[in-house]
Amino acid sequence: MRRTLVAFLAGLIFGAGLLVSRMADPAKVLNFLDFTAHWDPSLAFVMAGGVVMASLAFAVARRRSHPWFGTQFPTLPYGGITARLVIGAGLFGIGWGLVGLCPGPALVALAIHPLRVAPFVIAMIAGLWIVRLLSARRVQSAAAARSASLVQNSR
Amino acid sequence: MLLPPPLPTAFTPLLSLAGGLMIGAAAGLLWLGIGRIAGISGIVGGVVERVERDWRLAFISGVLLAGILARGLGLAPAIHLQGSLPLLVGAGLLVGVGTALGGGCTSGHGICGLSRLSPRSMVATACFMIIAFAVVFLTRSIGSF
Repeated sequence: MRRTLVAFLAGLIFGAGLLVSRMADPAKVLNFLDFTAHWDPSLAFVMAGGVVMASLAFAVARRRSHPWFGTQFPTLPYGGITARLVIGAGLFGIGWGLVGLCPGPALVALAIHPLRVAPFVIAMIAGLWIVRLLSARRVQSAAAARSASLVQNSR
Repeated sequence: MLLPPPLPTAFTPLLSLAGGLMIGAAAGLLWLGIGRIAGISGIVGGVVERVERDWRLAFISGVLLAGILARGLGLAPAIHLQGSLPLLVGAGLLVGVGTALGGGCTSGHGICGLSRLSPRSMVATACFMIIAFAVVFLTRSIGSF
């Protein structure tokens, strides 16, 4: 219950931060990405503020054995620098550059202009779902193939 | 799929810095509080996959409530989302597929990953930034013909 409450509070501050920073406005994101005519460097200040604060928190966390509400900090799975990472980040960059929305701002913007933002968010969720579904299937079939070969080897 | 003309925006260094500090504080609260990374694509993806839904749905509710409150109180800043329906759907799909493959977005790789000095996140952030700069350059040069 307390973990849920902390997550809710974090989400509320996160959403408010996206609004205060003006990063929820796709026009500002696109103008940050455009050096030529309308350059608006505001987004660099959002990133700087975010990274400074989060770095402090991660530094404090390194001195602790467990989170305030939880038994331990998870070891984050390290996937390595793979083609999947680079291609995925590239595809994300194309979508981001086309309309100026990434997942966080899309959610806050959805709450403000539901009808306008819904097509983007629905398509985004569909994209997330398709990839995760296919990855889960691939992991399952790889596991099935492994256990099948184990059965064969044991014969 | 005609792209809309660029809208000029005002430079907002103080607001953007203040908002950025809030975003970083929220990410820090989630990690220090419950040991979870504030990456929005991962949080939404986890809800879709039905993994640890409680805290994920609570976080998303908080983000949405921030928008609803701002709108209700008349404090919501302007949101200029331009583009045709096919463009919005296409871009949404690319963002969803790309962040699922790449394992993160501007918050998970950009804010949290860079703060943890994760080499993987540095590479991902460099990739999506460079590609997004290139896409905006291309679309806006085509648009100006």
